[in-house]
Amino acid sequence: MIRIDGGRLAAVARKEIREFRRSPFIIGSIAVFPLVFMINPLVVIFAIGATVKAATVQKAVGGTFLVLLIVPAVVPATIAAYSVVGEREQGTLEPLLSTPVRRLEILLGKALAAIVPSIAVAYLLFALVVLLARLFASNPTVVSTLTEGPHVLAEALFAPLLAGWSIAVGTAISTRASDVRIAQQLGALASLPPLAATALVSFQVITPSVGVALGFGFGLLAIDVVMWRVVATLFDRERLITGSRATPPPARGGGEPPGTVRHISMTGGTDGG
Amino acid sequence: MGSAVPALTVTNLAKRFGERSALEDVSFDVARGEVFGFLGPNGAGKTTTVRILGTLIAPTSGSAEVDGIPLAAANGTEIRQRISIMPENPGLYRRLTVQENLELFAGLYGIRAPRARISSALDAVNLQDRSGDLCGSLSKGLSQRVGLARALLNDPAIMFLDEPTSGLDPVAAREVHDLINSLRQRGVTVFLTTHRLEEAERLCDRVAILNTRLLLVGRPAELRVSLFRRSLVVETAAPLAVPQAVFNGDAGVDSWSVDGAATYVLTVADPRFAAPRITRALVAAGADVVSIAESRHSLEDVYLELVGDDPARR
Repeated sequence: MIRIDGGRLAAVARKEIREFRRSPFIIGSIAVFPLVFMINPLVVIFAIGATVKAATVQKAVGGTFLVLLIVPAVVPATIAAYSVVGEREQGTLEPLLSTPVRRLEILLGKALAAIVPSIAVAYLLFALVVLLARLFASNPTVVSTLTEGPHVLAEALFAPLLAGWSIAVGTAISTRASDVRIAQQLGALASLPPLAATALVSFQVITPSVGVALGFGFGLLAIDVVMWRVVATLFDRERLITGSRATPPPARGGGEPPGTVRHISMTGGTDGG
Repeated sequence: MGSAVPALTVTNLAKRFGERSALEDVSFDVARGEVFGFLGPNGAGKTTTVRILGTLIAPTSGSAEVDGIPLAAANGTEIRQRISIMPENPGLYRRLTVQENLELFAGLYGIRAPRARISSALDAVNLQDRSGDLCGSLSKGLSQRVGLARALLNDPAIMFLDEPTSGLDPVAAREVHDLINSLRQRGVTVFLTTHRLEEAERLCDRVAILNTRLLLVGRPAELRVSLFRRSLVVETAAPLAVPQAVFNGDAGVDSWSVDGAATYVLTVADPRFAAPRITRALVAAGADVVSIAESRHSLEDVYLELVGDDPARR
């Protein structure tokens, strides 16, 4: 049975958020990536002429909308990639693992701290694009297309699923990496699969529809579950501290000669006096 | 000292990393409230032992009980709740303040009313006025004290301290020694790994000397007696003309040797019996006695005798 102590989970998450707030790299990642990924959708939306047909608007908005979904895949990956290897570099991993905290509490606490700002940024970005479209887009159907029920639903659904995937990959890399920068560079690779899906939709290899979205959603959920199981396996105390898992006893079994310890006691007690 | 159940019971513990043996057949008990010194050269297996007992790594073979709980993966959380480990590198979150570091660990130990506990832990290491400092700005000595405060938070039954005075100035080191003594008085078991043999001698009820295998366990005074024959060092104003005439008589001297121009080392069964007799014999021989004292072997002598001769070291 999986047991999770909410207090310990919250303690880990609170610590992570406090560290993020004071890390220029993480603050920079959270601020810069969304701005970069906002440029393309805005350029596309503003370029849509006032007389462009609704079907063309639908296609353009659909493509730009997918670009926005890269944000919840990229931002948490860089945060998660720091999570374990950063502890190891600071020398804090062993004290942390020496406490009663369970590995699932550590993993979920760290994931929670990464997913909350990532989803918040993703939703904020979406809202900002809608606001800017309302203010500056020349085609009046752009805003209504952006805020269609399926689009909003997809944003609400895919942002956490993509962030979950991304954090799992970032954490998995972080448990095995020996250097923060390498972990963060590899962690960025977590955004490749969503990028590939975006490209397939953008180049009309896949035609977006509710069915495709649901299929992707369920597929992503299944992948997230499998990925988190892998991460939980990788997050092994002994492996994290010594770099290897526990080795079984030698095959010859018990063949070691006994030690030559001398127990010296003049008073016959071991109670230390 | 309290309960008859030892704080730690270690039986035939062994740990291999691939082909390398880090620990072999180590067995010992530590009583409750005892300060137990764990000594050995670098790579002797001290940290490995602490990590095994702290449920951070699994032994390859052997068994142990920590605070009466069998060492097993299923008992890890319960064992870790009752102990605390302070590694040599205290491992503090550098971007967090002292207070925030301690708040994290108070949360992990599930401490109710953490502020009061944190305050008392900071008091114990004289760091109350530094609670708002970022840990990244602290000196090594101050970081070490924060690590100690963290180890005190959960009011552990057993504390594993790895080189707790490393990097501390003499005054701060003395404060840590006082803290360890106060822990002993409160019935806390302290498992102390240290390279400072005079520290072990001063603080520890018993010490174990490890070099992959356990070489010896006992009280420091007992170890000295067991390893070294008792002896007296006699210094006279001038070399004795015929020392054998003085020492080979009925003075209780088993053997003797010259150690310098007018200094003699006499092996005796009982210094308290032999010293007055030797003094009388020297005076009778017309010698001017400068000093006569029992030779004191330190724990360092014991350590060097054991580890220096141990083939595992080579």
